[in-house]
Order: sequence, then C-alpha cells, then structure tokens
Amino acid sequence: MTESIFTEKTTCYHCGDECLSTSYVVEDKKFCCLGCKSVYSILSANNLCNYYNFNDHPGLTRARTDKRFDYLDEPSIVRELVDYADDKLTIVTLYIPHIHCSSCIWLLEKLNKFNPGILYSRIDFLKKQLNIKYDTKQLSLRQLVELLFDIDYEPLISLQDVIKKQNRVNAKDNLVQRIAVAGFCFGNVMLLSFPEYLGLSAFEQTFKHFFGWLNILFSLPVVFYSGSEYFVSAWQNLRNKVLNIDFPLALGIAVLFARTVIEILTQTGAGFADTLCGLVFFLLVGKFVQCKTYHHISFERDYRSFFPVAVQVVINDTEKPVPLADLKIGQRIILRHNEIIPADAILLKGEALIDFSFVTGESIPVSKTLGEIIYAGGRQTSEAIELEVVKPVSQSYLTQLWNNEAFTRQQDNRMQTFNERVSKYFAVVLLVIAFGSLVFWLPTSLNRGLAAFTAVLIVACPCALALSTPFTMAAALSIFDKNLFYLKNTAVVEQLAKIDTVVFDKTGTITTAADNQIVLTGTLSALETELVYSTCINSNHPLSRMICQYLGKVNKHELDYYKETPGGGINTLIGKYDVRIGSGKFLFGEFEETAGQTRVHMLINGRYCGYFAFRQNYREGLKQMVDGLSAYQIFLISGDSDHEKNDLLPIFKAEDRMGFNQSPQKKLDFIQLLQRLKGKVIMIGDGLNDAGALKQSNLGIAVTDNINNFSPGCDAILDGRSFNKLPAFLKFSKNTVTIIHCSFLISLTYNLIGLSYAVSGNLSPLTAAILMPLSTATIISFTTVATHFAAKRRKLL
Amino acid sequence: MNIIYFLIGCSVLLALVFLLAFFWAQRTGQNDDLYTPSVRILLDDETEPQDKK
Repeated sequence: MTESIFTEKTTCYHCGDECLSTSYVVEDKKFCCLGCKSVYSILSANNLCNYYNFNDHPGLTRARTDKRFDYLDEPSIVRELVDYADDKLTIVTLYIPHIHCSSCIWLLEKLNKFNPGILYSRIDFLKKQLNIKYDTKQLSLRQLVELLFDIDYEPLISLQDVIKKQNRVNAKDNLVQRIAVAGFCFGNVMLLSFPEYLGLSAFEQTFKHFFGWLNILFSLPVVFYSGSEYFVSAWQNLRNKVLNIDFPLALGIAVLFARTVIEILTQTGAGFADTLCGLVFFLLVGKFVQCKTYHHISFERDYRSFFPVAVQVVINDTEKPVPLADLKIGQRIILRHNEIIPADAILLKGEALIDFSFVTGESIPVSKTLGEIIYAGGRQTSEAIELEVVKPVSQSYLTQLWNNEAFTRQQDNRMQTFNERVSKYFAVVLLVIAFGSLVFWLPTSLNRGLAAFTAVLIVACPCALALSTPFTMAAALSIFDKNLFYLKNTAVVEQLAKIDTVVFDKTGTITTAADNQIVLTGTLSALETELVYSTCINSNHPLSRMICQYLGKVNKHELDYYKETPGGGINTLIGKYDVRIGSGKFLFGEFEETAGQTRVHMLINGRYCGYFAFRQNYREGLKQMVDGLSAYQIFLISGDSDHEKNDLLPIFKAEDRMGFNQSPQKKLDFIQLLQRLKGKVIMIGDGLNDAGALKQSNLGIAVTDNINNFSPGCDAILDGRSFNKLPAFLKFSKNTVTIIHCSFLISLTYNLIGLSYAVSGNLSPLTAAILMPLSTATIISFTTVATHFAAKRRKLL
Repeated sequence: MNIIYFLIGCSVLLALVFLLAFFWAQRTGQNDDLYTPSVRILLDDETEPQDKK
C-alpha cells in the first residue's frame, strides 16, 4: 500500500524535491519549479548533462529565481572581493555553500564551457571555496556571479568575508614547518646517538666527537627555530607575572641545550641532544593536534555575515547600489523579494510581508503597514518595497547588541583550564626541588650540584603534562565532531564540563524551524480537500505551501477566478464553488484570534469548514533530553509570547524557569544575572536575537539545522539532529576532564621516577632518552584509548 | 671506518633534500587541499560528442 504511494510521488530531476506541480517538464524530465528547469536547460544547452550522471539530484532547489547582483558593478566593492586584479586577469575566491558532491566539482571546474573568459576554476571541496581566474576584458565579476547563480551555485558574498580576508593568518602553516624541522633533526640525532648508547670502543673515539658536533648542529634549528615560541611565550608570561606551562618547558629546553653543548665541548659526556629534539618534536605535535580547525564553519559570525554587502538606494530617482557601511539616515532604499532589511527603516511604498524568522524565530511572515518602522534583519517575502532609513546599520535595533560590552571586552569570563591551574604549582615545586638539590650537593661538590640541578629541570620537564590535554581534547573533539557537534577549540571541552546552568532559547532551538506542525480542525470532504488544494497551490505564501504539503497530492481543478490579498487570504471561484481561505479578519471582518495561534480559516460557499492551525514542532526527544539534564539548573528564555507555556510546562516543570517576551538585550541581562549568582552558564540559542546571550554566557552553543546557514558567533555549533544528545555530550566532557586528571597522575609518576635519579645527580643521557619518549607514548595511548572508551560508554561512538 | 664520515654526510644531505622538498610543497600549497583531488580523479573526461567528428 505505502509503496504505491511512494512511487506516485514525482521528484524533481534537478534537486530531488517533490514536484507539487506537473507544469515543468523537459524531455521527460520533471522539475519542481521554473528555477530547477532553467538550470537544467542551461546545462543541457552547454552539453554538461553529465552533471546528473555522477549523483542523483545533485542540485539545490531553485524556488526563488530573482536575485540582483547590481552591487558587483560597484568598483569599490569589487576591489574588496577579488584577490588580485589587473586589466588582463582577475583572481577571485568565492565561498559557495552548496558544494556538496562530486557533481559539483565536475561542473564548477568546467566553467569555461559556459564562458571562455573563465580561464581557470578550481574547487577546494572541504572549504567549499571556488578559486577562479578570469579575463577581465571578457567578463565582469557580476557576470561571473550571475553565471554561478544561473547554474545554481550562488556564492555567499557577505561583508564579513570581505573583512576576514584582510586579517587572514596562516599560523598552522608555520607550525607544520616547525614540526618538519624538529622531526628531521630528531630522526638524525637519534641515529647519531645510538652508537653512544651501544658503547664505542677506544679506537672509535674520534667518531664520538664527530657525532657530538653533528648533534649540536642539529639541535640549533630545533632550539632556535622550532622551539623559539616557547621562550617567547614564557618570557611574555613572566613579564605579566604569570607562571604557565611554557615556563618549565622553556627552562627544560634551555637547560637541555646548554648541558648538551657544554658536555660535548668539554668532552665530559654525550649530551642530551636526542631528548631535546624529541621533546620539542612531541610538544609541537601536541600543539598541532590541538589546533584542529573546521574550514567550513565560522564561529566568529556577527550580523555582518547575515546582511547583504550592498543595498539599492534611490538617489535622484535612479537606483544605485551603495555599500552597507555608507548607508545614511534619511536615504531611501528599495528592497525586492527575498532581500534582507539592513537597517531600521520606515515603510514608504509597497506591500511588506516580512519574515523575521531569523530575528525572533517566528517562521510565519508578518505584514506591515505604510509608515510603520520595520526592524533590521527581516526578510521581505513579497513584492518590492521602498523604505526610508531611520537608523544607521550599526545602531539598529538588532545590531546595537554588538555595541554591548560583552562584545568589546576580552573574554575574561572564561574559566581557567586544568592545565593552567596545575602548571602554576608545577613550576614552583619544580624550582624548589631543583634549587633544593643544588643546595644539598653544593657543600660536597659544585659539579655534582650543578649536575643534579640541571638533571631535575630536564627530567621534570612537563612534556607528558603538556601533551595530556591536547591529545585528550583532540580525541574528544573528533568524537563530538562525529556526533555533529562542532567546538571552536579544545578548551571548550573543559568549559563544557564545568557548566551547572543551562539556558535554552525557544524558537529555532527547542523547536524545529522547518516542519511546523499543521493541525486541521474540522473535517473536509474529498471534494473540499481538492478545492482547498487547488486554491492554495496557486499561492506562493509560505502558509499556502504548507497546506498543500499537508494535503498531499490530490486532484487539481481549473480556477475561474483568483485573487490573493497580501496579508489576508485568497478568494477563488472553482465551478460553482466560492472558496475563501485566509485569516479570520479577511473572512469575517472584525475577528479576534484566540489562543494566540496562527490560523488559516476556510469558507466554501459561505459554509465554515474549520481551520488549519500552525504549531511549532518541538525537537525530537526534547523531554528526555531535559530530563537527562536533571543535575543542571535549566531555564528557558524566549522572545515569543507565552501562548505555548502550557505545552512547555511538563517539560520544564516550573513556571518561574521560563521567561517569555524577552528582548535580545533582556536575554543578555538574564545570563549576566545568573552569572552574578555564581552560575556557570551555557546558553543554547540559534538566531541573531540570541547573539548577545551567547556571547555573554560562559559557553554559547548555536543550534542550527544546516551548518552552512548563518549561525551567530559562539563557542560551539550543534547540528539540530544531535540536539537530544546534549546530556551525553555534557557527561562525556566530564569524563574527558577525568581522563586529563588521570594522565596528569601518570605523567607525575614518570616525573617522580626520573627525579629519584636526578636529585642524586646521576642522570645518564640514556635514562633521559628512554624516559621522555616512554612517558609521551604512555600518555598518548592512554588518553586516546580512554577517550574512546568513555565515548562508547556515553553511546557517542 | 673513515667511510662513515662520507656516509653520514650523504645521508644528512639526502634527508635535507627531502626536508626542502617538503618545504617547497608546503609553500606552494600542495598540502592545502587534501580532499578534492581524491574526488577529482574519479571523474571521467567526457567523450566528445559524436557529430563533431
């Protein structure tokens, strides 16, 4: 039974969405909308239909077809966007969120089939970037972007990318080179040190000096190139009167190097070159593991990456694109279908139907009347409107949040990591033992005293300690990553473990933005269902589309008359039936909607047939998830009115734990209040309206259904599908901290064993050379195995 | 056993060449994108349309 229903569904050849209409057909191939059809025609006209052979439905739905790129003719904007330009050649890198499969690579690297002016196009799949070189004479940036838009790969061009480009650093590249040098020297020094360990006979003594000299030579780049950052960091911290882990590390490196050079020069020993190189190499590898980056996710987004780059301004009756930063109060702007309102403005002309889903989370568009102020951040979903700007972009209702001190101050609400806390004491104890052994041996012999002093510093060098955190965290991070939870950096794992208060946003966070629940109250006969369907299928209004989806595919009737009143409803004549569908006001004149729900009422030939009510769907497993967090204090703050209070009460238990009608600023203040009450607060939100609270909280998590979508600046991004795993994530983060503590104990044990040799002044290079890599190997394997075990226990693997 | 001096010299030199080769690869961005080429190689060159012959 069900199977036959599935086969009846036709899916779009291009994007795979269900075809609600049968009017878009080319060569037996069915499309869901004009946009998808036109993409197919462009590709087939250029003999590029292989695109569809590599994957089924590789395209993105193209329900919206109009988009303007006029601003890309503006030289000042173009200059910001391109990497390089002269009068022959332009190089530009574009971020294209839709890149997702091999078809994308195939098509986008064949761009010059569309236009010979494109000389080179190369995709970086993971970063979702397209690097293009094109002939400036044959093609403009605007034409290029329009071409990409036509074939359904619209680049995301935002103000923030423009800004980001200017302060791009490649710290990781540098680190890789340091590791390469350290590794190279480590390998060679190990080889050269082996003869010494195995014992050299008397006639081989000349080799000993040769090897020694080579060892010094190899240690030089390790200390002064690869390891230099430890000295810099230790020095900076000392000047700020902070003892961090870099201090004992730098001390260890310096002492190792000094003793190696002196022993070899005075021919009193073989030195510790192998320990030195190994130490620096492992430390740098630890650092490398720690700085895992997600190329395709940005944690630093603010309103600028959400807003357009430029907006159409009317100057002397002509339209001109103006960069957003130059927008002034009093200017008149024109916004078309699907464009975002960049600044608070007054509606002057046109029918405004604004979708504020991103600002408030409310997914149903709001209609505005002439003269009303429209806040920035809404998306116009109806015809073109004209507005007068009343506040500059940075001072608007939404964006002024970024002027709050939470965004300007340095992150001082961060909690200290375990490593930071321990290394302070570690450094002190280390120095005490070192000087203690020096003083103890001094009366006996200066040499022995110095030997003991340096040996303590070498052996106690907290290599394993420095590695335990990065390796545990990196393993934890990759487990979170597998569960679609993306952390900004490794320190976030530790923050996560210390949380005691959880604050949820409502709309978009605990509710899903996409599938709103539609409830039909009243009954429709088969004929009535067809009538309603025929009426709604002609409207582009989101509610009409949802009703069509709800009703499924039924017979369509010819319409004799169709009139849509924006913000009101639809009136159609089908044969002898007069169908009216819309808001209560539209159907009955004066009408007060009860229950605070959005409802669509239906009248057929004057008979009331009931209404569709739209309710937001809570995420799957919400109740179990909140129950799983019973050890935490839980709050809910929402920008919405409290009409869902009764639905939420069983989940959140207490009424005073839920706050409604909260403005973005109030949300931020609420977090601040909790923090003043000594709470370690995690904020879980989604939209721009939570941005302040996310920033203010000790740890901000943005929930999103598509990680390529806009998500506000935060410490972690959680894919909506993994939302119910949150308790497991929190428990797992606690486990990782325990693992770090354990590995700290292990590394301490090694240090104590080494110290027992060291204080007596009898540390042989061989002992050091065995102890150091052994402790490192133990720590790395322990942390990796233990983290995986913990993840299995929490069912995250 | 003096051959050891020569051999070690050779081995260090050889290792240096590889280190420099790695540096070169790093500088010219050969390690920047380690994923896309693995997909790219699977895409066949399209066959020329028959009528053009």
